[in-house]
Amino acid sequence: MSTDLRELYQEMILDHGKRPRNFRELPGATGKAEGYNPLCGDRETVFVRVEGDTLRDVSFQGSGCAISTASASMMTEGLKGKTRPEAEALFTKFHDLVTGESESGDGGPELGKLEVFSGVREYPVRIKCATLPWHTMKAAWKGDGHIVSTEDGAEASPKDEPKAWSSR
Amino acid sequence: MSAAAPVSLAAPAPDASFDVERARRDFPILSRQVHGKPLVYLDNAATTQKPLSVIEAEREIYERFYANIHRGVHLLSVESTEAYEKAREKARALVNAAETKEIIFVRGTTEAVNLVAQSYGRKNVGAGDEVVISALEHHSNIVPWQLLCEEKGARLKVAPINRKGEVLLEELEKLLSSRTKIVAVAHVSNALGTVVPVKRIIAMAHAKGIPVLVDGAQAAPRLKVDVRDLDCDFYAFSGHKMYGPSGVGVLYGKAKLLEAMPPYQGGGDMISSVTFEKTTYNVLPYKFEAGTPNIAGGLGFAAAIDYVSAIGIERIAKHEEDLLEYATGRVSAIAGVKIIGTAEEKASILSFTVEGVHPHDIGTVLDRDGIAVRTGHHCAQPVMAFFKVPATARASFGLYNTREEVNALVAGIENVIRMFR
Repeated sequence: MSTDLRELYQEMILDHGKRPRNFRELPGATGKAEGYNPLCGDRETVFVRVEGDTLRDVSFQGSGCAISTASASMMTEGLKGKTRPEAEALFTKFHDLVTGESESGDGGPELGKLEVFSGVREYPVRIKCATLPWHTMKAAWKGDGHIVSTEDGAEASPKDEPKAWSSR
Repeated sequence: MSAAAPVSLAAPAPDASFDVERARRDFPILSRQVHGKPLVYLDNAATTQKPLSVIEAEREIYERFYANIHRGVHLLSVESTEAYEKAREKARALVNAAETKEIIFVRGTTEAVNLVAQSYGRKNVGAGDEVVISALEHHSNIVPWQLLCEEKGARLKVAPINRKGEVLLEELEKLLSSRTKIVAVAHVSNALGTVVPVKRIIAMAHAKGIPVLVDGAQAAPRLKVDVRDLDCDFYAFSGHKMYGPSGVGVLYGKAKLLEAMPPYQGGGDMISSVTFEKTTYNVLPYKFEAGTPNIAGGLGFAAAIDYVSAIGIERIAKHEEDLLEYATGRVSAIAGVKIIGTAEEKASILSFTVEGVHPHDIGTVLDRDGIAVRTGHHCAQPVMAFFKVPATARASFGLYNTREEVNALVAGIENVIRMFR
């Protein structure tokens, strides 16, 4: 495998892609939302159990590529126990990392293991694979119950998708 | 003024074998590199690359005689009009239509289907009526009919397919009744490569007086199409999938049907006289061609037809058949790879999945090897749902592809498997 592919598909991403953590329904979930990428037909559901302002537990189910599955898996690990402002700050940080809007040393919360997604920025068409679980988590937390689409302008930042495409 | 001749392909002797290396030199883009590797372009079902003669034809009109058509008395307009109408004649000859007035220039196959749904459909389909399609249609041959059915209170009936991806003709026949107002089917499935026996479907429908539209987007570049032999009522195809420019395509329709149909869009060129009280529509084909068309695209399309005809569609079909057979054998021999779409009669489209690896990851890894394949649902989500996969990877071959490129694909897939296992 070439070096730049290795930048994208780091060992930890391949591992979480193959063996996703918290890959289950969540008993006692207080919210759930469905994420959908119409470009590839992938669907995933994110479940949250929120107490007060704190995310007590988070899990997901569905089918997706290695990037989106690993992103969802590592997101569930990274978010458990976080308050809403903490989760939002982490999402912003992660979003900026994969879209290439900032470097990891720019302040804010520590991304920790999520740094392995830094290679995604070199693959513009794959950025949405990485951010979809996060957008879906946000919707599940808000509990508005609608389906989050990667093509939904209201939920997804335009930077998620620099190039829209559709062809036969 | 003259249309550019194919660059390096003098008409070959009818029995000469096809020289793929020579043809490759006609396509400038094939010499570029992708991520430092030679481009292996296997996304021809999405769109094809263009030979120099097509590129030159568009360049020539802009450099030498471009003006609006069917309007001016000045020389440039006359020359542009002649060239554009010559393109229509080439399109007629390509599909063996009886008359040039049966060739409507449109933006592409999608617009052609929408034209028929909105014009023929809105006039002839009413509440309680039915439109019959098959389960392997592209979204472009589903959604226009859904829109029509929704508006009219009509029903969309879908003929099922089997596990090989073949339309079940006896099931389709059962759907045909006095309520059926039109049948719309693909000639070749874009997602699976299935060649649909449209001639038999047309005969079945005609036996009950039902007209048939054929979506020929994938067939026109791969099969000899003869609309009079098929006896289809409408045939839709695109220039960009047969080595021509994007933004130009053809709706063939039987003159008798087209004449009875109301205009699709209003505007210039489709009228013969306008007052604020009444507009008289122009004759065929102009009745359906409102507004200034893709003039240069039409000329590029004509050059593409010349190019394909100079090689011979049968020879292209044979070359692609060989490639498909070779690729099917090699790709299906890789452990963990499953071919989706195994019809007895197939065109050069190979959809596949790799166990445990998502198609998008396959696409990204192959891309780094310079190999362009399509990954996703191919605008045929019902087909994906039938095979219970969210998506597939799809390699589709064109006249310029080689066995060496199939070998590169096989090595690429093996690389994918090593990486994700």
